[in-house]
Amino acid sequence: MATASEALSAIHEETLTKQPLTPAQLAWRRFRRHKMAMFGLLLLILLIVYVVGGSFVFAEKYANFVNTGIKLQAPSQAHPFGTDAVGRDILARSIYGGQISLLIGLAAVIVALAAGVTIGALSGYYGGWIDSILMRFTEAMLCIPQLFLLIVAAKYLGDKIHNFQAFGREFSGSVIVIILIIGFDSWMYLARIVRSQFLSLKEQEFVTAARCTGTSNLAIIAYHILPNSVAPIIVNATLGVANAILTEAYISFLGLGVRQPTATWGNMLESANRYLETAPWLWFFPGLLILLTVLAINFVGDGLRDALDPRAMVE
Amino acid sequence: MGRYIVRRLLQAIPLLFIISVILFVLSVEMGDPLATFGGRQVIKSEDRKRLTRQLGLDKPLYVQYIVWLVGNDWMTMDVNGDGKPDVDENGQLVYGTRKGILRGDLGTSFVTKQPVTEMIAERLPNTLLLMITSEVIILIVALVIGLASALKQYSIFDHTVTAFSFIGYSMPIPLLALGLIYIFAVYFKRWGLPYFPTGGMFDPQAGPSWQQTAWHLVLPVTAISLISIAGYSRYVRGSMLEVIQQDYIRTARAKGLAERRVVFIHALKNAALPLVTIVGLDLPFLLAGAVVTETIFAWPGMGRLFYDHTTRSDFPVLMGIIMIIAVLVVVFQLITDVTYSFLDPRIRYD
Amino acid sequence: MPTILDVKNLQTRFKTYDGLVYAVNGISYTLDEGETLGVVGESGCGKSVSVLSVMGLIPQPPGIIAGGQALYHDSDLLKKSDDEIRHIRGREIAMVFQDPMTSLNPVLTIGFQITEPLQLHMAMTAQQARDRTIELLSMVGIPQPDRAFDNYPHQFSGGMRQRAMIAMAISCMPQILIADEPTTALDVTIQAQIVDLVKRLRDEIGMAIIWITHDLGIIAGLAQRVIVMYAGFIVEHSSVDEVYDNPRHPYTLSLLGALPRVDMSRSERLTSIPGMPPNLIGLPKGCPFAPRCRFVVDRCREENPPLTPIAPGHQIACWVDVRTGGLR
Repeated sequence: MATASEALSAIHEETLTKQPLTPAQLAWRRFRRHKMAMFGLLLLILLIVYVVGGSFVFAEKYANFVNTGIKLQAPSQAHPFGTDAVGRDILARSIYGGQISLLIGLAAVIVALAAGVTIGALSGYYGGWIDSILMRFTEAMLCIPQLFLLIVAAKYLGDKIHNFQAFGREFSGSVIVIILIIGFDSWMYLARIVRSQFLSLKEQEFVTAARCTGTSNLAIIAYHILPNSVAPIIVNATLGVANAILTEAYISFLGLGVRQPTATWGNMLESANRYLETAPWLWFFPGLLILLTVLAINFVGDGLRDALDPRAMVE
Repeated sequence: MGRYIVRRLLQAIPLLFIISVILFVLSVEMGDPLATFGGRQVIKSEDRKRLTRQLGLDKPLYVQYIVWLVGNDWMTMDVNGDGKPDVDENGQLVYGTRKGILRGDLGTSFVTKQPVTEMIAERLPNTLLLMITSEVIILIVALVIGLASALKQYSIFDHTVTAFSFIGYSMPIPLLALGLIYIFAVYFKRWGLPYFPTGGMFDPQAGPSWQQTAWHLVLPVTAISLISIAGYSRYVRGSMLEVIQQDYIRTARAKGLAERRVVFIHALKNAALPLVTIVGLDLPFLLAGAVVTETIFAWPGMGRLFYDHTTRSDFPVLMGIIMIIAVLVVVFQLITDVTYSFLDPRIRYD
Repeated sequence: MPTILDVKNLQTRFKTYDGLVYAVNGISYTLDEGETLGVVGESGCGKSVSVLSVMGLIPQPPGIIAGGQALYHDSDLLKKSDDEIRHIRGREIAMVFQDPMTSLNPVLTIGFQITEPLQLHMAMTAQQARDRTIELLSMVGIPQPDRAFDNYPHQFSGGMRQRAMIAMAISCMPQILIADEPTTALDVTIQAQIVDLVKRLRDEIGMAIIWITHDLGIIAGLAQRVIVMYAGFIVEHSSVDEVYDNPRHPYTLSLLGALPRVDMSRSERLTSIPGMPPNLIGLPKGCPFAPRCRFVVDRCREENPPLTPIAPGHQIACWVDVRTGGLR
């Protein structure tokens, strides 16, 4: 029969020796509970396998192979997704197009992160007139309608960068242009989030402590505050990828986005309008792929939002 | 409250100023009127210099900005480059012809030579018709669905609605629009069912009329609404769920009030309040989606105008439209703020 | 005085992700007409949940009323449908909550919120309800009641808001007023005012009161009987005088020891209760207070002591006699 003090010390023992879960582990646990989020993650992985693995099945030459003799054929065994207006196999094109669409989505967000985090951090940390100016500028950018501005930018800058070679393949310079303009028109949301995080975190005691030990401002920003504000940035960036993919699709659909020879899901939709009645497979498959990708990302983003909720960090 | 309105108005002015600067810089950077003015022909250097002076491009940037803002009809011109102000055949001094943005002069289209303001004014009502109809439907349906979803949380209905909501706002507009057209126009026609038209605001043979417009509105409005309803209903659901947890709802029930009263009077008022802000801020951006939708449905609105003139590099029209929308955004932000502060007693009575 | 509320063996549980939470575990008490009963215990002991269960305000799911009865005038409240119990809520049994800022609807005027039960339960017209509300506001000591009628909760101070809540609760002259920690969120001086107000109203209306608090000090001048709760169990049930003069449960002793008293010498330290509040997931083996009790013996960890009378009108749930330290 244990005495009270022995019972108490047994409890303390357990609490002290059991390894506490890191925030990342806690977050993953919570994420796993989300059925939708896990489904989204699975779907995303499948899509990535599709666009990457598919390139081992179909060569890019095949995807770009023009054969007007078999143009506008309905889905068949030879061409499971049918052929397009110049006889290219849509399945193969959707694989390579998917690579670019996903790449653009990811890269645009990286650009937006670079700009947004920098501006938000400077604004939030230094405050004062830096904050006023940067925030006014951010607000002003938010007032300018994104799609309209991007369309104009895409039109005028689209051919400013030459086609380039990478991985033994040729890419249209417009890919880089699209990445940059989408990135430079989506940083505002991130900037606001980062700024509000910084505003609240810089008053915390660990920042004061860091200052007392003489840590430079840059180090405080980079090593102390930023790591603590990561959660909403991750959520927003994830959802930003979905937004970027959709935006690229819209611009390319209107014929002003990524140009030949590079395919994207968006520019595969371009000719669909004309052949609406006769060849629905032209828009159905790329459209479906975009839907599935954006859906998966939204599920994952939703799960991340719950998993990374700071209130949930204390288990 | 009055002071609040004035304060917000004053805040809007620097915002408009910064927007104008950004757009002006973009205009200068990206638009090269000279490239397009001469059409396909190469411009002779003499003419080029003339054009440069005529368009005021030889003046320093800040002067160009001022001209852009308030025009140059108060300034004399020197197009022939002789250093003296020009005179016309009667010996009168020649002044500029531009009135500037602030006085409603958005320039002239390169393509149609019409004043941009005129062109936008022609098309704006059509877009507004589309947007406002959509917004009303979106609000009503989203409120109903969101409310029902929140009250029946975790039911089959709720799960289904959530699934459809996710699919709805992940849907790329072309897929939805083309899909709708394919089913409701093409297939309905094949099956002999009454089918929906897919283009324009009216059937050219029937001529414009209310019925024609209404009939033609159905598909594009559906396309726009479905996606927004998906997003808004989730928001309403979330807002409602949060409100239902609040202490004052428990108090309302403790007073013995009927559940219907608790939901529709005590809960809804609190849950719907933030929706005002969302809707108000979203309205001008609905116009963005309009570009794609109007293009697919050949709807003669501002979005389609924008697209048509992009392909023709008609820069004044493009910048004019962007400017108008940006201003509308600021105006709507103001209206939304004021409306919200009027509706929320915590702000109204401070 | 006749008994109007008879709670027998009430048990309430909650289904959570981590398991079944045993919030209320078989509590029983009676409330006579005009009597004031104090319910004392620390946060999480089940005092709020028990009264919310009686009122039918526990959402089920995740809550479950696992057993017991709550007889109001011999009719079991726990078995009533929502429609049935609605007519009792606000009319015969009314509640005042802890935080008046969050417990009042911020977008509705005070006047509106008070006229609601009047129009609903007393079938008053809008004008009658308005007049009566202004009377009530003045009764609870709110200045300029006709102006206050059109004001919103955020325009009042904390004390005024609580007065408004009380006005709302007594509007239909209820038989029982349940006050769930109504003064916890207020300043000490305002606390005293509110307690005085309630006492005055009680005398005027003749209602019974269940006053929930974690502060034993408030009970002293207010209640006739008191129940002390811990981990969803009643551990001591007696008259207020008995609880102060002759407390018999170790938890009550700790609560009293933790109370600063005027007649204490300055060198006496306040005792704090060591340990942490109990985890309510799963029923405990043995007495729930055992881990923190300084009188604990082996039997305490094996068997949960039932509530037994040790003197007329005085019951405790304990194996130990705190006067001697040995088994009873």
